[in-house]
Amino acid sequence: MPKENAIETRSSRKVYGAGSEAVVALDDVSIAIRKGEFFTLLGPSGCGKTTLLRLIAGFETPTSGHILLNGQDITDVPPNRRPVNTVFQSYALFPHLSVRENVGFGLQMKGRPASEIGTKVERALSMVQLGAMADRKPAQLSGGQQQRVALARALAPSPEVLLLDEPLSALDLKLRKEMQSELKRLQHELGITFIFVTHDQEEALTMSDRIGVMSSGRLLQIGSPREIYNHPVNRFVADFIGETNFIPADVHDGTATIAGDIAMQVAPDSPQGRHTIAVRPEHVRILNDPAAAPMRATVTDTTYFGTDSHVRMLLQGGTEIVARYQSEAAGGDAPTTGTDVGVSFAPGSVQVLQD
Amino acid sequence: MARREFSASRIPGFPTVAILVFVALYMPILMLVIYSFNAGDSIAIWEGFSFKWYPVAWNNEQVREVTFRSLTVATMASVIATTVATMAALGTTRRRRTGGQTFIYLMINQPLMVPEIVTAVALLIFFASIKVATGYQGLGYLIAAHSAFCIPFAYLPIRARLEGMDRTLEVAASDLYATPWQAFRHVTLPLLMPGIAAGLMLAFVTSLDDVVITLFVKSAGQDTLPTYMLAQIRRSVSAEVNAISTLLLLLTVILLTAFFLLTRKRD
Repeated sequence: MPKENAIETRSSRKVYGAGSEAVVALDDVSIAIRKGEFFTLLGPSGCGKTTLLRLIAGFETPTSGHILLNGQDITDVPPNRRPVNTVFQSYALFPHLSVRENVGFGLQMKGRPASEIGTKVERALSMVQLGAMADRKPAQLSGGQQQRVALARALAPSPEVLLLDEPLSALDLKLRKEMQSELKRLQHELGITFIFVTHDQEEALTMSDRIGVMSSGRLLQIGSPREIYNHPVNRFVADFIGETNFIPADVHDGTATIAGDIAMQVAPDSPQGRHTIAVRPEHVRILNDPAAAPMRATVTDTTYFGTDSHVRMLLQGGTEIVARYQSEAAGGDAPTTGTDVGVSFAPGSVQVLQD
Repeated sequence: MARREFSASRIPGFPTVAILVFVALYMPILMLVIYSFNAGDSIAIWEGFSFKWYPVAWNNEQVREVTFRSLTVATMASVIATTVATMAALGTTRRRRTGGQTFIYLMINQPLMVPEIVTAVALLIFFASIKVATGYQGLGYLIAAHSAFCIPFAYLPIRARLEGMDRTLEVAASDLYATPWQAFRHVTLPLLMPGIAAGLMLAFVTSLDDVVITLFVKSAGQDTLPTYMLAQIRRSVSAEVNAISTLLLLLTVILLTAFFLLTRKRD
């Protein structure tokens, strides 16, 4: 039996403004988020991911379409009656309340008895290691600590779904990494469905069970980080997540032909005709002997990155491609500018894009 | 020579002008305060230091009566004006923008722009007809009139506070199961309190020293402190008035200092 969906949106559409000034923020987005999963909405700013989050939280009503929680239609349920809590990008901690009162706010509004509030607040605070700060005001805390309070505040009422709106974007790199693993740990321990919004593809890849990639109000692809990275459906997804080489190709019956006469195997169900193929730089192999390789290229530039080097080359046929060259594994330094080299693509690494 | 940014302090004569302006502003007030401690009863000839005018003012039955009336009117009017202003500020900042906002601001701030004497005459005529119709002669007219012209003074700091408030906080409250009323009661209102207190003080001070409208609206025997003082000074200049003025000044300074402390941006 399939796991029940925690959140489902059905052809949700959100239009701001009216007439000629109407802006479509969300264009018929249907998505099913499973119970207990860490789901990430990934996309550049203005892609509609925050709008989708606000629809799920209930801060906005969709222009059309439906929002379901555990199979129940909650489209018209106000935010205060949805068992869904949000960690805001700006944290939105109540400045006039202490940390303890902030964390207890949700339970207090729900009308829970003081004893229960006390226990749950203590538990939430110890979960984010802030027990000692309970009597401080938010302004007396560092950015990272405020972040944790915001998290504890959203978790204390035990929501069914936790929404996180780019919660880590204001933190510095080191703290961000720490919070990433902490969030992952909490999600694992609590088993609550997390819906995480970010524009950071690395964050999405490392934390999520599944990712939904969005652009211009549309949902382009849903899949596990591995699927999204290895099998992007179109150029936008391939380009947005990781680095990719794009090469024009003719695709027929499981074979892609580039530069006129170089054929390579692709998935048999790939779209037919004139398309773009995508190859990740780490799947481009460089051979010192051009004669032994299916393709030839001339190195135009090499950039050293420590663990590896990025070798920029002009492939025969005139397309520029980048290879990630691992000196240790290859047993030598990256080829220098002007060298003629052989190039091959790792088997199964060539992906035909739908444009 | 390095290019420097514009600074008013380098304009020739700037210090002189600045000092002259401050002297013109504060010299008369300083004189008033000094002469309230004059031992003689002249307001022009210094005859030595004394506190005597303060007990004289305090023991004057009439002064006590008008002071009490002034405080009553100011308290009632500032509370009413602040309540109305708070609702107006919420109405103008916590709703969908539909245009015409500037017009609404102008309407609310009308008492700041319409000449006071016009308002005074209008109220005189308006209240006269009510007096005839109802026969009521009480303090209500003064309180109503003061409430009306105090509204913008209370409204401005409250609106500023509401506009500066992070709306996400109210959204966060609703996310955390607060009903709209609870969100207002537990988040908006406490955060608005400094603005409301500031508005209240400003309205109180404004009501306390009003002369023009009070003169037109008051019934017989309803002198407030300022109108009483005006009447006293017309008759004979008394050093007693200096003492009362000094006390009024002190009260105003205290309230305005509190106002600035409350509206000062924190952090």
